Amino acid sequence: MNSTEKQTIPRNPARRKFLIGGFTILAAVIFLIITSTAAGAQFFYTVDELGARGADAVGKPVRIAGAVLGDSIEYDPKTLTLTFTIVHMPADSELVNDEGGLAKALYTAVEDESRTRLQVEYVGVKPDLLRHEAQAILTGRLGEDGIFYADELLLRCPTRYEEALPGQVES
Amino acid sequence: MIADLGLGALLIAFLLTLYGSAAALWGVRRQENAWISSARAAMLLTFPVISVAAISLIISLVNLDFHLEYVARVTSRSMPLYLRITALWGGQAGSLLFWAWLMSAFASLVMLRDWRRDRVFLPWVILVCLVTLGFFLGLIIFFENPFQELWQGISGAVWAAISQPPGTTAYIPVDGNGLNPLLRHPGMIIHPPLLYLGFVSFVIPFAFAVAALITGRSDDRWIRLTRRWTLWAWLFLSLGLLLGSRWAYDVLGWGGYWGWDPVEIAAFMPWLTGTAFLHSVMIQEKRGLFRHWNMLLIILTYDLVIFGTFLTRSGVLSSVHAFAQSAVGPAFFIFITATLIASLYLLSQRWESLKSDVEMTSLLSRESFFLVNNLLFMGILVICFWGVVFPLVSEASGVIGRAIPALGHIFTGQKITVGPIFYERATGPLWAGLLLLMGIAPLSAWRASTARTLGRAIWKPFAVSLLALLALLISGMRLPGALLALWLCAFVFSVTLYEFWRGAQARRARGENFLQALWQLVGRNRRRYGGYIIHLGVVLIAVGIIGIEFFQRETQGQLAVGERLTLGEYSLEYESISEFDTGDGRRVDRAVVNVYNENGFQRQLFPRRDYYYESQQAMTIPGLYSTLEEDFYVLLVEWEPVSAESATFKIYLNPLVNWVWLGGLVFIGGTFVAAWPEADPAVVAKRAELKRQLAASARS
Repeated sequence: MNSTEKQTIPRNPARRKFLIGGFTILAAVIFLIITSTAAGAQFFYTVDELGARGADAVGKPVRIAGAVLGDSIEYDPKTLTLTFTIVHMPADSELVNDEGGLAKALYTAVEDESRTRLQVEYVGVKPDLLRHEAQAILTGRLGEDGIFYADELLLRCPTRYEEALPGQVES
Repeated sequence: MIADLGLGALLIAFLLTLYGSAAALWGVRRQENAWISSARAAMLLTFPVISVAAISLIISLVNLDFHLEYVARVTSRSMPLYLRITALWGGQAGSLLFWAWLMSAFASLVMLRDWRRDRVFLPWVILVCLVTLGFFLGLIIFFENPFQELWQGISGAVWAAISQPPGTTAYIPVDGNGLNPLLRHPGMIIHPPLLYLGFVSFVIPFAFAVAALITGRSDDRWIRLTRRWTLWAWLFLSLGLLLGSRWAYDVLGWGGYWGWDPVEIAAFMPWLTGTAFLHSVMIQEKRGLFRHWNMLLIILTYDLVIFGTFLTRSGVLSSVHAFAQSAVGPAFFIFITATLIASLYLLSQRWESLKSDVEMTSLLSRESFFLVNNLLFMGILVICFWGVVFPLVSEASGVIGRAIPALGHIFTGQKITVGPIFYERATGPLWAGLLLLMGIAPLSAWRASTARTLGRAIWKPFAVSLLALLALLISGMRLPGALLALWLCAFVFSVTLYEFWRGAQARRARGENFLQALWQLVGRNRRRYGGYIIHLGVVLIAVGIIGIEFFQRETQGQLAVGERLTLGEYSLEYESISEFDTGDGRRVDRAVVNVYNENGFQRQLFPRRDYYYESQQAMTIPGLYSTLEEDFYVLLVEWEPVSAESATFKIYLNPLVNWVWLGGLVFIGGTFVAAWPEADPAVVAKRAELKRQLAASARS
């Protein structure tokens, strides 16, 4: 009897206070998530998509991934200015798998002259992993001059790890 | 040969988990202890059997048996012995085996305890442990087998299989790929194992919770039984995270220690629920409240542990840690969903019997503060979860944006990802709230507490913290965020010390001297004062984080020999650079620089760049001049290769960062105090009895 009473009538007058307190915290968390998502969001584009947006995309925070062209890498240690070109490649891991894995997809991208390319400028330390056929993941903004100004530069070099098997044979 | 042994052992272990699970269930059904004992024996047997598998793999790694695909992937001739051993957890298949090995060790340890008082739990604890273990062994055997060998067909194609396919010959590469250079660090010995220890040991309290749910024991026996496990699990996980940060700081060369990388977050999420759990079980023990909540927390922690292993191991998210795409993803997904649904179903079945008769009455009571603490931890968890998952669903969520235009700028229907700014902004206020609670809660009273009593307890340490704030203002600090955060740290620090002082004062009234009193105080209430020591450690860590987050400075420049670059009170002088080959497959370019501050020459540093020939990958290792005040962190960026006339450096000044590591040590100390086994009351009584008897016989 006691237990049914408990369910129907809020026997404890403090319960309301706790509910209000709980909801305040909940509301605060939701508020923080929404405002911070808006502040911290970066649009994920491929090189093709960024190109298609054109002037629309200028100045917005963007995250973009592409294959690095080794010959295009230039670095000026005086100003720490790094420039290079990236080539369009699919962003979806499924599409990458369709092209035969990341290493293959990167190779196909840099070999394909017809793909869209994008010039990138980055000021900072030249990353150790930056080389031909690496995948660059850049955060930054597209400038009006068509150059992508990156604030952050991440690189993935899958070729030697996990994917490719060692080639030498003991015969 | 040795690989066959390992493979055989894996199969036997897998069969043991199947048999043991069935025997445990059958034993409960038939009420026959013989079956349960048999299940227990199967559980105990898994450890030596999996050890055979793990040691076989280690031997293959050490001997560089490149016929094994896994060995060829993760080791190479140039790797030193210790790295070859750590390669056990350097790749996917091996790390799953390592996970299973630890799991069987911990479960066996639990089996060896005295079960007489808790016999009803035994079959269910065995079942949960064996099902978890069986899942991992199944993954290893069917999806990610480290004992697969390489075979070459007539056409020249090479593939991996556990036994020789017809028409092929054994393929043995001359050298292996070697471990990713980022992983070639002494940190590799300790960081992954600690993290895994933390992950695995959280399975044990979960197993007891499930046993309690199934058997319908609604009291807090399961919590008392696993209290110490939970603390150790939590310590391992915390240390794993902390060491990971230190490793990143030492080798990743971006001057930071935590990047809100999805994999970091994956390991961080079970820590959040685990920490909430550690706090809220105290309320269940003391007041019988939060029973559902604690069940929910341990269930969440368990599944987040599995989810964390999955995220690091499936390649779903791209990050520095996840290097592979693999078939284990769907298997993990199914297992997590199944265990989550099953546990929640059990909880719903016991919902009524877990209801507590007591209710909270005062908003300012200790239990109420613990509740808020839990909500804040959950808030941070939700934020982290959102940050990891939102990029995966952001395209689909455009529906929401179109339906509710006010949210249109968030749910845009485009592929979106969130960066560190998101996490910092969203979790920052919640961390501040947690610090505040850490200051208030220890001085609040159980049950009823009013603003007046709370105020009376708190005003002294509060006043001290205001003095600290004043000191910061006088020293010229004006950043509101940093002032608030540092004031909170000062507040918690003074409250915690005040608690020690107050307790010791009370004992001094009985004639003990201060140190004696302090010693006795901590010794008699290990959990409470161990917890406070942990709080002190957390405050030190917080001070370090505030230092680097708010006050990090950086500069860069190209220097000719003898030129200087200045940052703050420090200046850096370029002296020389040299290039040499090491024996282990690296070419090293090592600069010599001198660090000066206002007191003149301090130290010579050697920032360098290691180039790994095999993997064509370079690593930048910073030079570090470290004091309690700050770290002077130098990176070698570029140089003139032959003449060495000039070189480019990037310098970071990271204030207070060493307090993070220092706080980590205090934190470990506190956990040891809290988790140190207390003498079993039965043993104490027996000892006293014996003493009496001895005294009596001596008299007679």
